This record gives sequence, C-alpha cells and structure tokens, in this order.
Amino acid sequence: MTVTVPPEAMGAAVPAGRSRKQGGGLGRYLLIRFLLIFPTIFILVTMVFLLMRATGDPITAALGGRLPADQLAERIAAAGYDRPLIIQYFEYLGRIATLDFGTTISDNRPVMQVLFTYGGATLELAFYALIVAFIVGVPLGMLAAYLRDRWGDAVLRVFAILCYATPVFFAGLLLKLVFAVQLGVLPVAGRASTGSELQMQLLEGKTGIYLIDAFATGDPEVIQDVLLHAILPGLTLGLLTAGVFLRLVRTNVIGTFGTEYVDAARSRGVGELRLVRKHAYKPALIPIITVIGLQIALLLGGAVLTETTFEWKGLGFQLAQYLQARDFVAVQGIVALLAVIVAVTNFIVDVIAALVDPRVRY
Amino acid sequence: MTTSTTSSAAASAAPKRRLADRLPIVKQLRQSVGLQRGMLVAGLVITVGFILTAIFAPVIAPYGYSQLRDAAGPFEAQQPPSPEHLFGTTVGGYDVLSRVIWGAQTSLLVIVIGVALSIFAGVALGLVSGYIGGWLDRTLVVIADAVYAFPSLLLAIVVAIVISGGQSNQIAGVMAAAISITVIFIPQYFRVIRAETVRIKSEAFVESARVIGASTPRVMFRHVLRNATRTLPLIFTLNSSEAVLTLAGLGFLGFGIEPSSAAEWGYDLNKALSDVTSGIWWTALFPGLAIVTVVLGITLVGESLNDLADPRLRGRRRVGASSGAVAQTSVVPGGTIDVPGGVDSLEAPGEGGSDR
Repeated sequence: MTVTVPPEAMGAAVPAGRSRKQGGGLGRYLLIRFLLIFPTIFILVTMVFLLMRATGDPITAALGGRLPADQLAERIAAAGYDRPLIIQYFEYLGRIATLDFGTTISDNRPVMQVLFTYGGATLELAFYALIVAFIVGVPLGMLAAYLRDRWGDAVLRVFAILCYATPVFFAGLLLKLVFAVQLGVLPVAGRASTGSELQMQLLEGKTGIYLIDAFATGDPEVIQDVLLHAILPGLTLGLLTAGVFLRLVRTNVIGTFGTEYVDAARSRGVGELRLVRKHAYKPALIPIITVIGLQIALLLGGAVLTETTFEWKGLGFQLAQYLQARDFVAVQGIVALLAVIVAVTNFIVDVIAALVDPRVRY
Repeated sequence: MTTSTTSSAAASAAPKRRLADRLPIVKQLRQSVGLQRGMLVAGLVITVGFILTAIFAPVIAPYGYSQLRDAAGPFEAQQPPSPEHLFGTTVGGYDVLSRVIWGAQTSLLVIVIGVALSIFAGVALGLVSGYIGGWLDRTLVVIADAVYAFPSLLLAIVVAIVISGGQSNQIAGVMAAAISITVIFIPQYFRVIRAETVRIKSEAFVESARVIGASTPRVMFRHVLRNATRTLPLIFTLNSSEAVLTLAGLGFLGFGIEPSSAAEWGYDLNKALSDVTSGIWWTALFPGLAIVTVVLGITLVGESLNDLADPRLRGRRRVGASSGAVAQTSVVPGGTIDVPGGVDSLEAPGEGGSDR
C-alpha cells in the first residue's frame, strides 16, 4: 500500500494509495515495483545507521564504565569505530549488500544466525495470528456491515476499537491471568514444555518451526503440547490484527453496497444477508490483501511485545533481550534485517494484489 | 482527484459559515445522528476525563508517583486493594492508584509534545514538497513511504536509544518518547498535506494569487496551507491514540521512565509481568485498563470524525432527510453531492486512517 506507486504517479494517486497510472502493463508495474525495493531498503538501512551512530559507538554503549579507558579505546579501535563515519558507512553498506548484518557484542553471534535460529518462531507466531485475525475479523466485519447503524454494529465496532486499543502485552497479561493462572488450562509461557522441546531437538532436519517439527515427531502429545502453547500468544497477537480486519471489511462492504451491481442484485430481489455474503464481500476482500502488507509491519512490532510477554523465543524476544543488554550492534543488525524483510514482503503483497486486482496495476 | 473540480465549485459557492460550525468537533457533533452521535459523545467524555485527570493529577492522586511511605510508615509491597490503597501496591511498594493517575499526565505530555512536533514538521515538509515538486518532492515521498512502511515500534526503539541513550529522568524520558513518536508520524502528516497541496495548487484561486504577484511563501501559507488542513483533526486524534500505545510499548520494553522520575503505564505493566504468574492481578489490571480506556476514548472520537467525513459511512438518516429519495438510488457513491462537507470529503484519507 505504501510504495505501490512510482514517484511520477504519486501526484495522480488517490490518498487510499491505489495507483491510477496511465498505460503500462503488468510487467512494467512489477518491474518498477521491484526496483523500488532498493531505495526503500537503502533509506531505512541508512537511517538506522545514522540514528544508531548519533549516540556514539556501540562498544562504549555496551561496555562503557565497565572497562578502563585505555582498554575501551583499544576495543573501539579493533572494531574500527574510531575511523571517519563515512568510511564506516560505506563499509556497513557493503556488508549489508552481502547480507552480513554484523555480529552481536553480548554473545558474539552473527545476526544472520540469530535470524535463522529465532526467525522460525516469529514466523510461526505471525502465522497463528493471521489465522486468528481472518477467522475473527472477516466474518465479524461482514456482520457489522450487514447490521450497519444498528446496535450490533456499534457493539462490533467498539469490539474492533478495543482490539486495537488494548496493548498486546496487556491483552497477553489478562489472557495469561485468566486461562493460565486462574483456570490453569493453558500453559503460562514458552513455545513448548521441556519434554516436547527435547523430543523435537533430537529430530533430524528440524525446521525450528515447532508446528512442523511436532508433526514430524508423530507424537500426538507433542503436537497437543505445541498447539496448547500457541493458543494464548496467537490469540493475543491475532486479536490486534482482527480489529483492523473487522473495520476494513466493514468499511469496504458498506462501500461496495453503494455500487450499481449490488443495487442491480437488490432490485432482482436478492436478500440483504445474501448480498453481503455473495455479492459485496469479494471485492471488499481485495483491499485486505494490500493491508496485510501494512499488517506485516504491525505484526512485527506486535510480535516483539507478544514474544516478550509470553517468553516466546523468537526474533522479537531476542531483540528485547539485546535491548536490555544494551547490545546496539545486535539491535542495529536485527532492525536493519527486519527493514529488508518488510520491504520484500511488501513487494510480494503488492505483486499478489496486482495479480488479483487489475485496477491496481493500471 | 477526479472530484476536485466539483468540490472546488461546491466550496466556493458555499456561504461563509458561522464560527461555531467551523470548529472541528462542534460541527461533527451537530452532523451526527443516533449511534454515531453516541459513540462520538462517549469518546469525547472519556477524552475530556483523561485530560482533566492529567492536569489535576497532583490534586486527585492520594500519594505521589514515587511515594513509598506516609505518616503511618512505609507502604507494604504487593498489598491487595484496601481502603488505604484502593488499587493495591506494587512489588516496589508504590501505590497503584496514584501511579495510574500520574501516568495520565505523562501520557498527555507525550501526546502534546510528540504530535505538535510531528504536525509542525510534517505540515512544513508536505507543503514545501507538494508545492515546489520536482526532485525534492520525489525524494521526500520515497523517504516518507519507506519510513511509513517500517514497524513503528522498532523505529521508536531506535530513536529512543539515540535520544535517551539509557538515561531516563522525566524530561529525557518524555522527550525520547515524544520524539520517537514524531519520527513515526511525520510521514503521515507529510502524505496528507502533500496530497492536498498538489490538489489545491492547480486551483484557480492559487493561480490568481500568483498572477497578482503574491510571493511564493505568501501563496503557500496564506492560500494553500489554509485550505489543506481540513483532515488534520482526524489524523491528530488517530495519532494521539497511537502515541499512547507507542509510549506504553516503549515503557514495556524498558525504554520508559524510571518510577522515581514519573509514572508510566507501560513500565508498570512490565513490572507486573512477573506478578501475574503468582496471581497478583491488581498491578497489571489498573495501568492496563488506563491505557485501554484512554486509547478507546480518543479512537472513538477519531473514528466518528472519520465516518462523518466519509459520506459512504455517515449515518444515513440525515442524508435521507435532506435529499429525499434520490440518495437511495443515486449512482454517485454515497448518495448526493449536496451533502454538508461535499464530495471533496470523499478524498479524505478515510481508508488510510481506518486501516491503522
């Protein structure tokens, strides 16, 4: 949604973000859209670098006060942080071009390795969250559009706002308090119990995505254990997005209600509920594809908080740990890496949107 | 953009309205009907309550935000709600009720500073970029889009690191949160103001002003800016609620404000994380409810303004009454053109606002 439009066409773009580009086919659109990834990544990565370096060098931030001044200077020189900023910047860009996002200070691991170790967990969480968001958000949004301006609509809309208004960590804490502590039916935190984790560790060719690994063990108890652990975090993060989906589906279904073909269907005697379910909702779903692109960003931000709440050992949890340890090389690396991921996912989402909806590309 | 000519015609034909009608909230309040009015009023009540709580926190709160003892001796830690401590005490021995009330003050400060800074910067950049155009415009648009697509919380974390660098007294903490929020919001104001500027600068009255010989700054600020600010109240409310959430998120991740320098709900929730597992609910519930209530109130106002600005979503009864049966069958999206606010409301960034 955000970078769907080449700069030349921005002036003609409607604020909703849909392009009204003149001429040019799908191929041209995809090419321009693909080339736009690079400036996006470049800008974000540069911004992260400049911001992080504005405070000083990461060695002082991590170890300042704990080492004598001469040792500190030695470490800084060894890491190359005493050289002119511009040289460091180009070196940094060069390393990122080869997908090297640096090595963490606190535990001395390459950031890419951190991604491979913990990325699966975050992916899994985002997957659960999207499922919850679709199951909850889309039908309720259609219902709200059907009931528009009646009490049911108001209740659903307040529910949607509540989903958005509740910080994920507070929602997580409440769910934990009720289901894990008071009722004791669901686990408090983590991705699996120790027994299941051990069993999955022994697995050959493990993916790090517990859902897949659990099925690979073939042990129903492990599968159940993994799924039980996923319920609360998935629900917490999913509800955040569900509220967004609900509002979006509602707005769009109401929007399509004003179109001629729906009027035509209504004049043929099609019932209101059937109008919502069969006629109005499909075009209303197209904007959702685009919005998922934006949701990726929201999901990643939410994942940091959800993972911290539930000790879900993913990329976000790890980021929070590095923040606590003031390991800013790790933070810079992970944030830069996430910038790349966001840019690439947005591209993929836009391609899908262009394939599904011809209006986007023309 | 297709509707711009119609809208300008409608706008120039409209007689000058009274001041009461031009105030942002009052106009919408009159325009709204039924449930929509109910949601707007509920939102306004909560928001006003929040602002009053924030301003009068020193009077309302039974204890100071960092008070650990009173005349009867030190507070006991982790006490359940009691007459002395209506919301109980935290693990550190703070009074939860007092910290919830003082927290409103911190939130309001961050909203006011953060949103004011971003409006100022975003509007200025959007105006210049949209009016002057060219390479400057293209570069700024690409930068704004890149920043807008990025997870706002991560960006806020990075900015918070830069500004606070780890220290966290009240002023540094509030400024860190406010500036983090500013960086996130500038692109939003930029986009909206730029789009409006691009639309307005091709209108006849701008050209006339230029022909008469008005200087570029004069045209920009007097003729374009005044007509480009229509949607600002809407984004302002939506951003305020996001500001509260971002501040709480930063606090939860440990970039908040130390309890001795100010009260902050996100920080308190972070400290409550370990309490929950042992069944202590009051330290998490009350600061959390405070966040939810404030965000709910502000969002209700923002949503209502958004819907009222969008004819497709505005309550139907008033439209039906003013334009008769035509509205029901008209092919113009959303009914008729002679709706208060006019067709140009169609261009309000409704979708951009509502999908956040």
